[in-house]
Amino acid sequence: MENKAIVCKDLTKQFGDFKAVDKISFEVSEGEIFGFLGANGAGKTTAMRILCGLSYPTSGEAKVAGFDVYKEQEKIKKNIGYMSQKFSLYDNLTILENIEFYGGVYGVSRPEIKERSAELVKTLGLEKEAKKLVGGLPLGWKQKLAFSVAVFHRPKIVFLDEPTGGVDPITRRQFWDMIYEASANGITVFVTTHYMDEAEYCNRISIMVDGRVEAIDSPTALKERFNVASMDEVFYELARNAKRTSD
Amino acid sequence: MKFFMNWHEMPKERLTNMKKLLAFIRKEFYHVFRDKRTLLILFGLPVVQIILFGFALSNEVKNIGIAIQDNSRDIHTENIIRKIQSSSYFKVEAPILNYKDIENRFKDGSIKCAVIFPSNFSSDLQRSGGAKTQLIADASDPNTATIVTNYLTSIVYDYQQQLNPTTQLNYQIVTEIRQLYNEEQNGSLNFIPGVIALIFMIVSTALTSVSVVREKELGTMEILLVSPFKPIMVLIAKAIPYLVLSLINFILILFLSVYLLHVEIKGSFLLLFAESILFIITCLSLGLLISNVTDSQQTAMLISMMGMMLPTLILTGFMFPLENMPWIFRMVSHILPSRYYYTIVKAVMLKGLGFEFVWKETLILAGMAIFLLAIALKKFKIRLS
Repeated sequence: MENKAIVCKDLTKQFGDFKAVDKISFEVSEGEIFGFLGANGAGKTTAMRILCGLSYPTSGEAKVAGFDVYKEQEKIKKNIGYMSQKFSLYDNLTILENIEFYGGVYGVSRPEIKERSAELVKTLGLEKEAKKLVGGLPLGWKQKLAFSVAVFHRPKIVFLDEPTGGVDPITRRQFWDMIYEASANGITVFVTTHYMDEAEYCNRISIMVDGRVEAIDSPTALKERFNVASMDEVFYELARNAKRTSD
Repeated sequence: MKFFMNWHEMPKERLTNMKKLLAFIRKEFYHVFRDKRTLLILFGLPVVQIILFGFALSNEVKNIGIAIQDNSRDIHTENIIRKIQSSSYFKVEAPILNYKDIENRFKDGSIKCAVIFPSNFSSDLQRSGGAKTQLIADASDPNTATIVTNYLTSIVYDYQQQLNPTTQLNYQIVTEIRQLYNEEQNGSLNFIPGVIALIFMIVSTALTSVSVVREKELGTMEILLVSPFKPIMVLIAKAIPYLVLSLINFILILFLSVYLLHVEIKGSFLLLFAESILFIITCLSLGLLISNVTDSQQTAMLISMMGMMLPTLILTGFMFPLENMPWIFRMVSHILPSRYYYTIVKAVMLKGLGFEFVWKETLILAGMAIFLLAIALKKFKIRLS
């Protein structure tokens, strides 16, 4: 894993006097599952918006999928997928129509959409529901479908912003099976979460406190460093000194 | 799981921007045709408005209840009463008993006017050549009262002419009235252009703004902004379906007006169509602008309804004459796009005028469209960064 999917160096975003993101530096390898943790208001969302090509940093450097966040936002957007905590499919469209729409927006050709949506529906075991409105599906299925749609156009990196909010533990487990599957096939996963059990599933995690990355390592190494039994405690050790409280 | 395999195999073919846009527009149509409320507003409202304005809300006076007290009971009063009865404007109710009776019947609304012939009507007429009759009208609705008394006066005048066909005054001035552009006094003529403007305001401004804001509420806007689909394309994709739907609506309204209300389109249909597209674009820009400054569907709806529709209803001159309003309202009416569109439609549709008579309004409307669209686009970009 020599190639880096994401490279950040001293990345800073300042709003007036307020440093939302304060000189963060990290690297994410291709195919890695990278957990991006931090309390509310720590600056996760701001950092993620820059990496997704939605806003410009104030200073520092960053490359996503090899493209510069200042000059090549359009190329970044073509090479990433994105799924947010807010449910992101249209309720009054069917599963197939949702796939067709997002596939179309990303420029996937019609025959390919047809072929891949058939595969996708089969993989998820949703053959019977394919022509039904998404609104009627259970939340767990919606989340899985939203993830599949986010990676439908074969992005190099997928950004997941608290993807499993409000989902039961079993569905969450299944959701993570899908993430592993995608990662095993070479897609890089950049995920934010508040669930510490999910943090354990990541290859490596970073923890942001007050706009800075305070720790970055594998979950096992972090637990050893702080000499604690769970990620919960690691997070608490780091985040309790935070001065900011909310977004 | 085959879906996740062959990850690095790149897609064979990329869609052109045009095809991406079409995929987006198709989605917008799914939204419209699956939402019963939207459909109802879109196609139910124009029909209801046309019927309401065309049939129910009429200025014309027909079958107005009046009562007569004839204290003279002679050939003259009988002749006048017969003339009144035979008019389709009035429905003559039971005779009046006393003054109190008039008031009671005004209060319960059964009559709008009372006609009283004094007992000396006939004798006065014959002896002194001048008789008096009294008309008492219920002026709580001043328009109706004026119209009713005018009609009654002219009936009496008519009879007087009949009595003295040979009497020639030394000088006589006759006012010969022609109600040009609407000879039959068809009340719906005046409303149709207003209703068209109103419908465009609802469909293009309100529905467009709500559809954009809905994506914000759902969180799908975020996904769209992260996608390579350009923000301007999002706006275009949102606007095109409503432009098409508004034009369908326009045809529907014209169809109803011509075949249901018998309104004749005097001017060029093409000119009317082109001017309508211009006005729709203005409304769409307004809708997009509203959607940029609000975050909830309710707020967007409220701004469109209160801020746009109400002024259209009141300040464009189609319900109340602008000339009679205080200057401040007249000033406000100048910044309303619908005012100019209303003027144009009236000129082209009812008077049959050509472009040379409406170019000024067209220019103002075009200026407003460009101005609003520019702000909408600018605001959209600001929100992005």
